[in-house]
Amino acid sequence: MAHELPGGNKLLQDYKFGFVTDIAADAIPLGLNEDIVRLISAKKGEPGWMTDWRLAAYRHWLTLREPHWARADYPPIDYQASRYYSAPRQRAGKPGEMDPELAKTFERLGVPVHERGALAGVAVDAVFDSVSVATTQRERLKQQGIIFCSMSEAIREHGDLVRQYLGSVVPPTDNFFAALNSAVFTDGSFCFIPRGVRCPIELSTYFRINAISTGQFERTLIVAEPESFVSYIEGCTAPARDENQLHAAIVELVALEGAQIKYATVQNWFAGDAGGKGGIYNFVTKRGHCRGARSRISWTQVEVGAAITWKYPSVILEGADSVGEFYSVAFTHDRMQADTGTKMIHIGPRTRSTIVSKGISTGHSANTYRGMVKILPKAAHARNHTQCDSMLIGSQCSANTFPLIEARNATAITEHEATTSRISEEQLFYLRSRGLDEEAATALIVHGFCKEVLKELPMEFAVEAVKLLELKLEHSVG
Amino acid sequence: MSADVEFELRDLRVKNGAKQILQGVDLTLRRGETHALMGPNGSGKSTLANVIMGHPDYEVTGGDILFHGQSLLGLAPEERAKLGVFLAFQYPVAVPGVSVARFLKAAVEAVRGKSSGGAGGFLKGVREQMKFLEITEAFLDRGLNEGFSGGEKKRLEILQMLLLKPALGVLDETDSGLDIDALRIVAAGVNRLRGPDLTLLVITHYERLLKLIEPDHLHVLMNGRIAFSGGPDAVKQLELHGYDWIRDQVGAEVV
Repeated sequence: MAHELPGGNKLLQDYKFGFVTDIAADAIPLGLNEDIVRLISAKKGEPGWMTDWRLAAYRHWLTLREPHWARADYPPIDYQASRYYSAPRQRAGKPGEMDPELAKTFERLGVPVHERGALAGVAVDAVFDSVSVATTQRERLKQQGIIFCSMSEAIREHGDLVRQYLGSVVPPTDNFFAALNSAVFTDGSFCFIPRGVRCPIELSTYFRINAISTGQFERTLIVAEPESFVSYIEGCTAPARDENQLHAAIVELVALEGAQIKYATVQNWFAGDAGGKGGIYNFVTKRGHCRGARSRISWTQVEVGAAITWKYPSVILEGADSVGEFYSVAFTHDRMQADTGTKMIHIGPRTRSTIVSKGISTGHSANTYRGMVKILPKAAHARNHTQCDSMLIGSQCSANTFPLIEARNATAITEHEATTSRISEEQLFYLRSRGLDEEAATALIVHGFCKEVLKELPMEFAVEAVKLLELKLEHSVG
Repeated sequence: MSADVEFELRDLRVKNGAKQILQGVDLTLRRGETHALMGPNGSGKSTLANVIMGHPDYEVTGGDILFHGQSLLGLAPEERAKLGVFLAFQYPVAVPGVSVARFLKAAVEAVRGKSSGGAGGFLKGVREQMKFLEITEAFLDRGLNEGFSGGEKKRLEILQMLLLKPALGVLDETDSGLDIDALRIVAAGVNRLRGPDLTLLVITHYERLLKLIEPDHLHVLMNGRIAFSGGPDAVKQLELHGYDWIRDQVGAEVV
C-alpha cells in the first residue's frame, strides 16, 4: 500500500502541489485484462467501434515488451498492480458547476476553472484522474466553429471526426506505451479548428493525478484545418507519494495546409523524494503531422518534474515547405532521470526543422537528450538546425547527448551544435561580486541559458515556468 | 589606526593552489584617496584584486583585509559587495542570455535595495550614465558581455561602478585593451565618481591611465610584496626608468 510521503522534507515543502484531495471516487478494480478495457469503454458510454479499437490495441500490447533502451533505470512495472480508471464522485450542485472540493483543488493549483473567474485569454479543460471535470469558454469558441471538449465527449458527440483522426499520427501499434494508452486511455482534450479560423484564445488542459495506485492515460488530439491557427498549453501535477504512478499519454497533432499549431507544456509531475522514492513515470508519445503544404508545428516543453521522463515530441514533415520546431528545457534534480528529445522526419521538399534543447542537471540526476533528424529521399532542400546544450550543476549529475542524423537526399542541409558545460565558477564569482548570492546568481545564469526556449512560451506561461525553475534551483543549489 | 583609514591590507599572504603569490602585502588607503598599484607581470596584482573581492580560488594563508576596520576574510563576495566593495574586472565574463538591463537591475537591487522610482526611475538613471559613457541604448538588450568588444566590456564595468556607487573601488587593469578614445571615456567615468566618498585602488601596467586618473600614492608590487611606495611624482620616474629603477633602489632582496 502506498503512502503520502511525510512532511518536513525540504523537497516536499517546495513541491507545493503534493497534496491529496479528499474526494470519493468511482474506481474500478486494480489490474488489466479485456474486461477492464470493456469496462472503461462502457464507463465512458462509447460506441462499439471505439471499444473494438481499444481491444485491438490491448491484444497488440500483449505481444510487446516494455522498452528499456532509454538511459533510465527502473524495475519492470507490474501492470496488474495499477488501476486504470478512477473518477471523482462529484456532489450534485447547480448544473454546470464543479464539486466544491474539486474547485478548491484547482484553485490551489492556480488553474482557472470557473467561467466567471476565467482568464480572458485562456480556455481550460481540467482533467482529474480519469475524467475531464470542466471545460471553460466553450460557448465563445463554438461561435467560431471551434470544438474544444474532453476526449470522452468528442467520441460521443463528434465520432466521425475522432474516427477520422484518432491514431492517424500515433497508431496503436506505434510502441509499447502507445499500445497501452490506446487500450485504456481515459480523458484528455479534443480540439478542432475549422478552416481559416485563428483561435482567439489559448486553449489549455490541466492534468491532475489524485487517486492512489492509479495511472493516468490521457489522450489529446488537435486538428487544425487549412489556414487555421491554434496555441495550446498543457500543465500537470500530482500528489507526493512513495509509490511510482504511471502516466502514459498520447498527444496527436494534425496540421493541414497552411495551418499552424503551437503546443507548449510545463511538466511538473511529482519527481520523487531526495532519495528517489516515489514520483511519476512520465512515458509519453507526442507527435505532430504537418500533413499539408506550408503547415507548421512547434513543440515547446519545460520539463521540471517526474521521476522518469521518456518523451520525444516529434514532427512528421510531409507537406512541402512545412516547418517543425522543438524547444525544450529539461531540468533534473535529486534522483530524477530524464531521457527526452525529438524526431524530425522530413518527407516533403523544402521542409525545415529547428531543434533547441537545453538540459540542466543537478544533484544525482541523469539528463539525456536523444534526437533524430531523418531526411527522406524526396525531401529535396530540406534543412535542419539542431542546438543541444547541457549544463551541469554539481559533480554527481550527468548529461548525455545522442543525436542521430540520417540524410538520404544530397541537397539537404543539416547543422548540429552541442555543448556541455559546468556552471562556471567565473560566472558565479562575477555575479556574486555584484551582490547576488549563490542561488540568485545560479538562477540568473540558468535563466539566461534557457532564454531561447522560454521566449517561445506564451507570456503568462513563461512567467510561471521561470518561477518554477527558480524554485527548483533554490532547492537544488541551496 | 587612524579614524579616516578606509581600507587596509595587513601582511596579506595568499596562495593559489600550491603557489604562494602574495608574501605579506601591507597597504593603507585613507578615505577619498586614490592609490595606484603597478608592477611587472606575475607580481600578484590581479591576485590582490581578486582576493579583495573574495574569489574562491585563492587561499588567504596569513594577514588580514580590513574595510572600515572590519575584516573581510570569511565574507562571501556578495557580502563584500553589499558593504561597498567593487571590483572592475580585467576580464569580465560573459553570461549568455542574461540581458544587461536585467543584470544591472538585479545588481543594483542586491547592493542598494529596490529603487523607489520603480523600473522607470531605475532605467532613467541607467540611461543618463550610459550617455555619459557613450554607450548606445541597444546595449541594454544584449546578453551580458556576450560578444562585447574589449572596450564595451570595460565601459560596462565602469557603468556598474557608477550605478553601485561603492565606497571602495578596485580597478583591475581597466585600461588594458582600450584605444585612446575608450580610455578617455572610461577615465572620465571613474573621475565622475571620485570624491571624499570613493576610495580607489587602480591597478595598471601603464602610466597613461594615471595621467587621466591621477593618484595620490603609487605602489609597486614585486614578487608578492610592496617593493616601493611613493607620491604621484614617482609615476614619472617609473615611466622614465622602468621597474629596474625600483630594483636598483630596493636591491636584490626582492628581485
